[in-house]
Amino acid sequence: MSSQIGPPSGGPISATSPDASTRLFVPDNPDGRPDHPEASSAKPVRNRTAMSPRTLFDKIWDSHVVETLSDGTAILYIDRHLVHEVTSPQAFEGLRMAGRKLRHPEATIAVVDHNVPTSDRTQPIEEPESRNQIETLERNVKEFGVPYFPLLSANQGIVHVVGPEQGISLPGMTIVCGDSHTSTHGAMGSLAFGIGTSEVEHVMATQTILQKPAKNMKVEVEGALAPGVTAKDVVLAIIGKIGTAGGTGHVIEFCGSAIRGLDMAGRMTVCNMAIEAGARAGLVAPDDTTFEYVRGRRFAPKGDDFDAAVAYWRTLPSDEGAAYDTTVTMRAEEIEPSLTWGTSPENVLPIGGAVPDPANEADEAKRAQLERMLSYMDLKAGQKIAGTPVDVVFIGSCTNSRIEDLRAAAAVAAGRKVASGVRAMIVPGSGLVKAQAEQEGLDRVFLDAGFEWREAGCSMCLGMNPDKLTPGQRCASTSNRNFEGRQGPGGRTHLLSPAMAAAAAVTGVLTDVRELNALPV
Amino acid sequence: MDKFTTLTAIAAPLPEANIDTDKIIPARFLKTTKRTGLGVHAFDSMRYREDGSENPDFVLNREPYRNAQILISHENFGCGSSREHAPWALLDFGLRCVIAPSFADIFFNNSFKNGILPIRLPREVCDTLMEDAAQGANSRLTVDLARQVVIRPDGTEVPFEVDPLRKHLLLEGLDDIGQTLQQEQSISAFEAKRAKDEPWRTVIALD
Repeated sequence: MSSQIGPPSGGPISATSPDASTRLFVPDNPDGRPDHPEASSAKPVRNRTAMSPRTLFDKIWDSHVVETLSDGTAILYIDRHLVHEVTSPQAFEGLRMAGRKLRHPEATIAVVDHNVPTSDRTQPIEEPESRNQIETLERNVKEFGVPYFPLLSANQGIVHVVGPEQGISLPGMTIVCGDSHTSTHGAMGSLAFGIGTSEVEHVMATQTILQKPAKNMKVEVEGALAPGVTAKDVVLAIIGKIGTAGGTGHVIEFCGSAIRGLDMAGRMTVCNMAIEAGARAGLVAPDDTTFEYVRGRRFAPKGDDFDAAVAYWRTLPSDEGAAYDTTVTMRAEEIEPSLTWGTSPENVLPIGGAVPDPANEADEAKRAQLERMLSYMDLKAGQKIAGTPVDVVFIGSCTNSRIEDLRAAAAVAAGRKVASGVRAMIVPGSGLVKAQAEQEGLDRVFLDAGFEWREAGCSMCLGMNPDKLTPGQRCASTSNRNFEGRQGPGGRTHLLSPAMAAAAAVTGVLTDVRELNALPV
Repeated sequence: MDKFTTLTAIAAPLPEANIDTDKIIPARFLKTTKRTGLGVHAFDSMRYREDGSENPDFVLNREPYRNAQILISHENFGCGSSREHAPWALLDFGLRCVIAPSFADIFFNNSFKNGILPIRLPREVCDTLMEDAAQGANSRLTVDLARQVVIRPDGTEVPFEVDPLRKHLLLEGLDDIGQTLQQEQSISAFEAKRAKDEPWRTVIALD
């Protein structure tokens, strides 16, 4: 972790700085202790020089290093800071207490998403703590001059839907937010990662963050996806293969023809769940698909500026021969419509698969954990996952709430009815997505089929707002985490694609969408 | 932030992999606007039964582990969300150190910012330390950050690795914002150069 990559753009901090207790110089190996062998595996393998071929991650990193400290920690410049109501109040309070300013309000955007009800917005928010968090954000953005999309604005939505949609998140940028799914914006070809509240405060005060360079991981998916297989299935298959810690310490670059073939929404779905593979961030190289997506968006460069930006963005993709610390390859044809069965995102099965038997697990602690998962999920070892009845279907979240996701779900829902006893919810990712869907008539398709058509927000992804599972309910969900209690205490989550979720809604059971003869385009 | 120098304390064994941040602090407790007061909700779903009573099987509900300041666990501790409420909840409960074979990156980072020391040690070493911890109050572990060793009850020392900058900040109890702001000139120079070289960059201005 401590090796320095690339030449620092400023020099290292002078070791002759007058006050040793306040400067950022840190002596190397201060008490002469040797490195421990297990630590060495955590270092990037390459010793890059200025002439070496670089990865997309290397290029974005290098262009944002303000200083490199003597131990390899970089002061990394941040282009965009996305702020929401849950992880920011303590950071604003910290600024206030220290008498510090927010350095660049015009590089910052605030929205409310986690706490907001997705029902009638004209009524006051009932839950007092949620209301307080939202009102606190509104006071803070006013005090610090931060641009803000309020609850009743058509631009309001999930922060990771809003950023790309508004042209706030652009290729080559560094983007942070106090939310782990900030990895979503990596689909733009930007370095985007989640940070904690202390770091939120650090970015507010300095427009930088302290970081060591991550390792480079390449996940290459070559070939053509079969009909009915979507970006969600791709990323679930990847997590199933490398595990929830497979990407720890790495930034994953998703590449290969199957990734290049995805539209921007699909790439966002894949990068969104890079964090579920343990990675710091996910990336897709910017290309014409990216540039066409960006063109004309509200905060994107316009006219000659756009052309100048594109010329720069075209220099970003990884160089031929760039080195990766870890490489994983997969064939697109082998990926099937997939879903999770357990309480970790790595518990992935193809829809034709069966729940694993803990008896086959040699490690005692892992066996106990599998048994606990089966019991929590109320599943039996060896049972076929298809055909399991569901109580709730949730189509939404920063993973799958874009217009393309809603179209895919609508293609399955059209002309069908939500199965009796099933509650099925559609929660668009933003007010703009909702308006677009209504313009296309998707709301009618869903309402006619018996789905709820709701307002934008994080909704049932995380159980912080009124949309929650009750104990024991089983949910087919297009969100990103199936942890115990994630969607509400005692709730049981199966992660899957919008098309698969819609198939579960209309059949009442976990279903192979390919059997419905209504494959989304 | 409180300094972290040497800690001699009861250690609690939690032999489970993938302890996620929703387990450490469920989302419904994230509605606070403060950093303190979350200790009572730490490990809520494991610690309390449905009726709200304590689950006697959970390690932190048992003596002497109610007073544990060190937690030992398995792989990928702190996976999931970026919520700093996770280390805030651990700290408010009284934990100052977590030892595990691996940690999720954001949790690892957040811990240091709050005076909690996360220590990576191989699985078999964690299992050995858990056996020590299972002996309860008679079996305290000592974590010496300056020397980078965990000292077992029998006096055996287990060395660990820690990033020099983070170690320095923890030992001194320093806030890194103040330190970074000392580089204000470099940040301004960076911004000026970019404004000149890349004039196409946009800002977020609402009408």
